[in-house]
Order: sequence, then C-alpha cells, then structure tokens
Amino acid sequence: MSNKPVQAAIEGWFTLDTDTPHLIGACCEQCGTYYFPKTLSFCKNPACDSTTFNEVELSRQGKIWSYTNACYKPPEPFVAEEPFVPYAIAAVELEKEQMIILGQVVKGVGVDQLKVGQTAELVLEALHEDDEAVKVTWKWQPIAQGESA
Amino acid sequence: MSQDIAVLGVGMHPWGKWGRNFSEYGVYAAREALKDAGIPWQDVQFVSGAATMRCGYPGYVAGATIAQALGWHGAEVNTSYAACASGSQALAAARAKILAGECEVALVVGADTTPKGFLAPAKGHRPEDPDWLRFYLGITNPTYFALYARRRMDLYGDTEADFGLVKIKNSENGFTNPNARYKKKFTMEEILNSAMVADPLRLLQICATSDGGAAMIVSSMDYAKRIGKANAVKVAAVSTVTPTFASAVVEMPDIATDSAAAAGVEAHSFRAALPKKAYEQAGIGPEDVSLAEVYDLSSALELDWYEDLMLCPRGEAAQMVREGATKLGGRLPVNTSGGLACFGEAVPAQAIAQVCELTWQLRGQAGERQIENAKVGITANQGLFGHGSSVILKK
Repeated sequence: MSNKPVQAAIEGWFTLDTDTPHLIGACCEQCGTYYFPKTLSFCKNPACDSTTFNEVELSRQGKIWSYTNACYKPPEPFVAEEPFVPYAIAAVELEKEQMIILGQVVKGVGVDQLKVGQTAELVLEALHEDDEAVKVTWKWQPIAQGESA
Repeated sequence: MSQDIAVLGVGMHPWGKWGRNFSEYGVYAAREALKDAGIPWQDVQFVSGAATMRCGYPGYVAGATIAQALGWHGAEVNTSYAACASGSQALAAARAKILAGECEVALVVGADTTPKGFLAPAKGHRPEDPDWLRFYLGITNPTYFALYARRRMDLYGDTEADFGLVKIKNSENGFTNPNARYKKKFTMEEILNSAMVADPLRLLQICATSDGGAAMIVSSMDYAKRIGKANAVKVAAVSTVTPTFASAVVEMPDIATDSAAAAGVEAHSFRAALPKKAYEQAGIGPEDVSLAEVYDLSSALELDWYEDLMLCPRGEAAQMVREGATKLGGRLPVNTSGGLACFGEAVPAQAIAQVCELTWQLRGQAGERQIENAKVGITANQGLFGHGSSVILKK
C-alpha cells in the first residue's frame, strides 16, 4: 500500500470510517423512503410531496441479489490497473431500506465464491490512485453464513 | 374512432460498421420506405426522427438533419430521444399527430454511426450523472444484463446452454436476412467457448453496436384507402409506459433501486408494464400474437421478454427455447430477423427495425425467414433508467 492520504472516490457518498464504513443515504421525513445516492430535494414517491429529508447511514449488511464480474477493462472514466485485473460485482439487497445497491466485490473474491442470498458487508477499498491520494470506494465483502452480526 | 394507423412502407440500410455519416443511412432507409409505400417524398407532411447522441448536433436534431438531406419541402419535423427506445417514441409522435388529424402521412426514421467497443458515457468529470458515475465505479452495460441472467439461473434453473440456444436460434434466423450484420450460424461449442465478458455472459451472448438505418412511412387509414392501400399492415398500439415506484430491479445506468420501504407501495417493472398497456390499447391479448421481436441485448434477456410479453408463465421461458417453440417454424417465433444478436445495436434505428421486420412478416415478404399465417406481431425494447417501448402490428 502507498503512503498517500486516503480520500473518498466520490465525496459525501460514504463515511471514511475504516472499521465500520456506511453508505450515506437520505430518508424522507414524511414517507420514510430511503435514497442512495442521497436525495435532499424532492421525494420520488409519487404519493409524497415532501421536500425534507434526514441524512442517514444505510445498513452495512445485506443479501446478494445477483452478481457478475468484469473480465474486460471498462472505458473511462474508470481508472484501470495495468495489467487489468478482473473484479466481481454484486447487487446487494438491504432489508430495512428495501433497496438494491451495486458495488464491486473486494479484491481476491471471484464469482465462484459468490451465491445469490449470501450475506455481504460493506467495506472500503482502493478504487484507484492518483498523484496525491488513494481514492477509496465502497465494496461488498461476502461473509460466511453464521458469521453475520 | 379507430386508433389504427397504416404502415405504407418500410425500409432499412443494412447494419454493419460502415463508418459513414449517420444521415446517409437514414436517407437510404427513408428512400427505400418511400419506394415501398409508392408515394413521393413531397407527400410526407411530418418527419419524426429518432436522435443519436454520438454524431454531434446533426444527431441531436436527427429529424431535421434527415429531412434536409432528403430535400426541404416544408414538412413539419420532430426529434425524439429515449436511448434504445427512441425509434418507438418517434413512431408514437407520428401516430399521435396522425390520430389528432394534424397530418396524414409521416416519415419515421432513425440512423446511427457507432464507435468501437463498450458504449461510454459523455466526457468530463460529472459525478452528479449516474451514467458517468457507474462507469467510474467499473459498472458497464453488460454488468446489468449479467445480473439479470444470473437471477434467471438462480430463480428458474436456467443454464448457460439455454442462453446458448437463444443465440443459436437467432444466428440461424439472421443467416438469410440481407440487412443483418452478422451472418454466421454459431454452434453451442463456439458460444460456450467464447470469451467470458460478464459472468455468466460470454462475448457471443452480448450484442455489439452497429451502424444502420431504418425508416417507415405511416399514414391515416383514410389516406391509405385513398391510395388503394386499405389492406396495409396497421400499427395497433405504441406503449411507452414507465415503471411504478418503487422499481425493484436495478436498471441501467442506476447504481441503486428505489427504496420500497414506504408503506403501501408495490413495485412493477417497466418490462412487465409495457406490453400490458400495448395489449390493452390494441384490444388483443398475448394468445393472439403470431411473432415477436424483442431486445436481446443479451441472449438471456430475450428470455425475460417472453415472460414480460406473457408468451409463457414467469420462469418458463427457457422451456420454450428448449422445445424450439420460438424458432422459425415453431408455434411462436421470436426475433425472426435475427435480433440484436445478428444486427448489433444501432440505437435510434433498432426499435424501427423491429417494426420493419414485423411488417415484412405480416405481409408475407420475409423471404426465407417467412413464418406461416402471421397476423399479429409485438415488439419490446428498453431505453435507460427503466423505461422502454412496445409496439403491436396487425394485419
């Protein structure tokens, strides 16, 4: 790992707490709908005309809804390692929020180690580095059954 | 009052990677459609173009660009953009204009020139744009198709070989289609040995991007009667309905679904909602459908559409392919044109190309691809953020 400072790849989307990071979402004060990325302007529930939201930390664990991987280097603005190393991607369903959130799976875990319905937990890991900093993002880390909190 | 409009003529420029200006393909297709309709260009009162975002301003105002290239003659113009559903929205605009009595004859046209490789987002540092953002995080178009394919495997027991059967079928259908780009009959071995792109989807199960152009001449039923074409194929429905909040399926280019945490909210995907509205408009049901053209952005996605179009119960689409029901000669052929598997996607032209194929099939002019006794055809495609379109044609 480099000694560069750690920065969020996308400002304001998640906490930088290394042990228990959270995605930062919003919850409508009126109807209780959650949003990620956070919406603080107008509620998208057609039955709700609220404009007031609370910023909330979303659940750190969910169940894998589906998964895949990227075997080829995506186009810019993705910043790829050279040589490109394929990575897995998971769509994880959060129970309380009743929503699915996509993200890369941590390095070193391939699709053969993933299952639909498996529990996954949010962690922070490097997305790429630039001259000044290591840019981190949220990733999903599958956890073995029984290990979940 | 009848909600039908007549399809007087259809035409296409063959799909490929020709590298020419998109408007050339549009003009070529439009002239073919005019020839097919047997009417002069000057009789067209409304030009409804489907836009392309890859060819600069001429592409953003494609209706005007193609009208100018065909020769200005004072027709009214419109341009629609809805990503892959642009062509149907252009048709919807023409249909509304005709049914409102504001014009009698319209040209609907879409054409594209595409770059190599993955479709990429607009340039610049734009984290507020979900499309930019998901590419930055490493999530490309095939990611979404692969997530849906994996769900099918997990929920319904579909296999990679089932997805392979879809590709084999489409490659056989497109083999004799003069407008198709890829004319090769693939074997299961070739498909399952092609490079993995987004597990479980391989290179030969994901659609490419192509250059191409498609056009149709549509008119009021009165006009069709006046020129002796009362028996023309008719557009019976154009559905462009959106999903119902909270959408429960993560749709390109979003990074997350809506939250369904608010009480009393039931999710409906746009894929299931689209054909329902189309059937309702046309006053016919899935049991009346003779053939379908659906968006096989991946071979697995074609199976989702069978179920959304209610051609079989949820979870049973793979069985239809295994039985050969959706092949040429089967009880309900799907993607007789060869689909995106043989065309590759020319975004603004694709939804129009689907309607061209249905028109040829309903007229009995589909050559070696012709199916027997075609009476009703339905199309389905998808744009971005979970919307799309569905068109029904009838004899």
